[in-house]
Amino acid sequence: MSKELIRLADCCMAFDGELVLDHINLYFNDSEFLTLLGPSGCGKTTTLRIIGGFITPTSGEVLFDGVRMNDIPPHLRQVNTVFQRYALFPHLNVFENVAFGLRIPKTAEEGGRKKKIKIPEAEIRQRVLEMLAVVSLKGFENRKVTELSGGQQQRVAIARALVNRPKVLLLDEPLGALDLRLRKDMQSELKRIQQQLGITFIYVTHDQEEALAMSDTIVVMDQGKIQQIGTPEDIYNEPKNAFVADFIGESNILDGIMHEDYVVEFFNRRFKCLDKGFAPKEPVDVVIRPEDIDIVPVEKGQLKGTVTSVTFKGVHYDTIVDFKGFKWLIQTTDYHPEGETIGIILNPDDIHIMHKSQYSGMFGDYSSYSEEYDEMDAAEEEGGYGE
Amino acid sequence: MKKSSKLNRFFMALVFLFLYAPIFVLIVFSFNDSKSRTVWQGFTLDWYAELFRDSAITGAIGTTLLVSLAATAIATVAGTLAAVGFYNMKKRVRGPLMTINNIPMTNADIVTGVSLCLLFVAFFGAWSGFAGWFNSLGLFQLPTRLHMGFVTLLIAHLTFDIPYVILSVMPKLRQMDKNLIDAAQDLGCTWMQAFRKVVLPEIMPGIVSGALIAFTMSVDDFVISYFTAGSRTSTLAMEVYGMTKKRISPKINAVSSLLFVTVLTLLVVVNVREAKQQQK
Repeated sequence: MSKELIRLADCCMAFDGELVLDHINLYFNDSEFLTLLGPSGCGKTTTLRIIGGFITPTSGEVLFDGVRMNDIPPHLRQVNTVFQRYALFPHLNVFENVAFGLRIPKTAEEGGRKKKIKIPEAEIRQRVLEMLAVVSLKGFENRKVTELSGGQQQRVAIARALVNRPKVLLLDEPLGALDLRLRKDMQSELKRIQQQLGITFIYVTHDQEEALAMSDTIVVMDQGKIQQIGTPEDIYNEPKNAFVADFIGESNILDGIMHEDYVVEFFNRRFKCLDKGFAPKEPVDVVIRPEDIDIVPVEKGQLKGTVTSVTFKGVHYDTIVDFKGFKWLIQTTDYHPEGETIGIILNPDDIHIMHKSQYSGMFGDYSSYSEEYDEMDAAEEEGGYGE
Repeated sequence: MKKSSKLNRFFMALVFLFLYAPIFVLIVFSFNDSKSRTVWQGFTLDWYAELFRDSAITGAIGTTLLVSLAATAIATVAGTLAAVGFYNMKKRVRGPLMTINNIPMTNADIVTGVSLCLLFVAFFGAWSGFAGWFNSLGLFQLPTRLHMGFVTLLIAHLTFDIPYVILSVMPKLRQMDKNLIDAAQDLGCTWMQAFRKVVLPEIMPGIVSGALIAFTMSVDDFVISYFTAGSRTSTLAMEVYGMTKKRISPKINAVSSLLFVTVLTLLVVVNVREAKQQQK
């Protein structure tokens, strides 16, 4: 349906002998909003920098429209980048920041002769003002960039990149430095700009909500490898392994055995599910999303357990329930006090089956739920949380 | 509390008196209408006028300005580029190299001066051997005997000026957002264009401060110049030293006052600039 613009073919990247990207195969389509999502150190920014031309992959190929670009420096690539901390030029005002790229004379070959092409001043002015209007910064031309708020600086950075009419815009955690409220606004703003201009956005973030809200395609990465590629719905509803299930939203992940198509056993009980195509008696990971679980009176439940903790979260209660020593997280709008014994019902479409992977057993158990929160608090107090 | 603060002020005044009284006396007596260095006999500018009639002194002023300006210009360019080089190095390499860079500034001037002097002498020895051999080939004639003079003086000044430029440019580079160079390249600049259009304006305050400090150091220097200028070239500081060996005349006061005011002005400019930048 849409044209392929960029392809990374079997790209590896090693820094000081340490493999940061492990055989990445990925393509980017025209007019697509694609997000590279993963925890810090997963290789997402490295991937972006390879496309931007700031680093050259150790092995593999970078193809733009089928042409090998590995050794082409950034200034000759038809992509532009919005950097993490904006990287605006402090000595220039808003207008000159945006006009920066347009003022660089481009060399073009014409009949075997190299020619410098300069964009006329009138056109520069028109394009800059046009782009400032797109990012809702009309009338800010003569402001100093150091006097702008974080959100406004962000818009200047986007305008500065887009004014060059790149085929692809690279965005490296562009909203990371903004507060929550502004981030939400900018998310819809970015999506609007992308649709208005109809160009490809490659967006790097570690924020799964951001990725789900904006993307056409999400690429989940960890340890330099692509874990899953899909639409936000695919990634959320059909995670490929325990890492993806845990990283995107909350998940209860249990050990199970797939007896036959559409039948899975866990907690010594067989459940109907919608998955098929597994080997007979194959051990699998079972994912149950906390918001899919229905709490019923004990006698009606398929499983019964005891509530061990309840936390009010606004929209719902985070309820931790102990099932034979395994603790689940259930998100429910009904309040069930600590100590209450409850029953639950799982419908076939609440259960998602995944093949075992290197991540099996690492995620999806809420036994240490409260401690996890304590640790996060402690880390935040030390200021050691985040990148 | 109040008493101790009065005491503090008293000691401070004492310290400043100790530091500046000699210079104050020097300046006052440069305007004294007499050859006496102890008795005030009225105001005159004669000594300054006489100063500019003395060809040895005007020559020395010329040499000082020329060598200081040339050394500053070269050191500013070389030091800035060196700082960029340091900046792009890995930390492990940069640390030790920066320490080496700082040694010439803390090293005793006499050691720097003597060692440079010995180096030039050794080089001239080697050169006359080489030139003798080369001239025997009959292609064209090279001078066989070289002397210390303006060129050696300039080289010597460069050795102590460059570290100051590096030291004042480095912090500006470090304060700069690392992504700025990437951003400029991303927008179509080659590395050189990115350097000129983005890095240079960013670090310019550091470069100007570095140049001012280098110029001050060059004007100010006596010991290193003394060992490297040879017998025919002399800077203002060397000329003053020479005058003290002969008959002492109030002209010395006048020259010294001029030197003091020049250096003081430059230092004030450097400090005011730095204070202004910190306010920003």
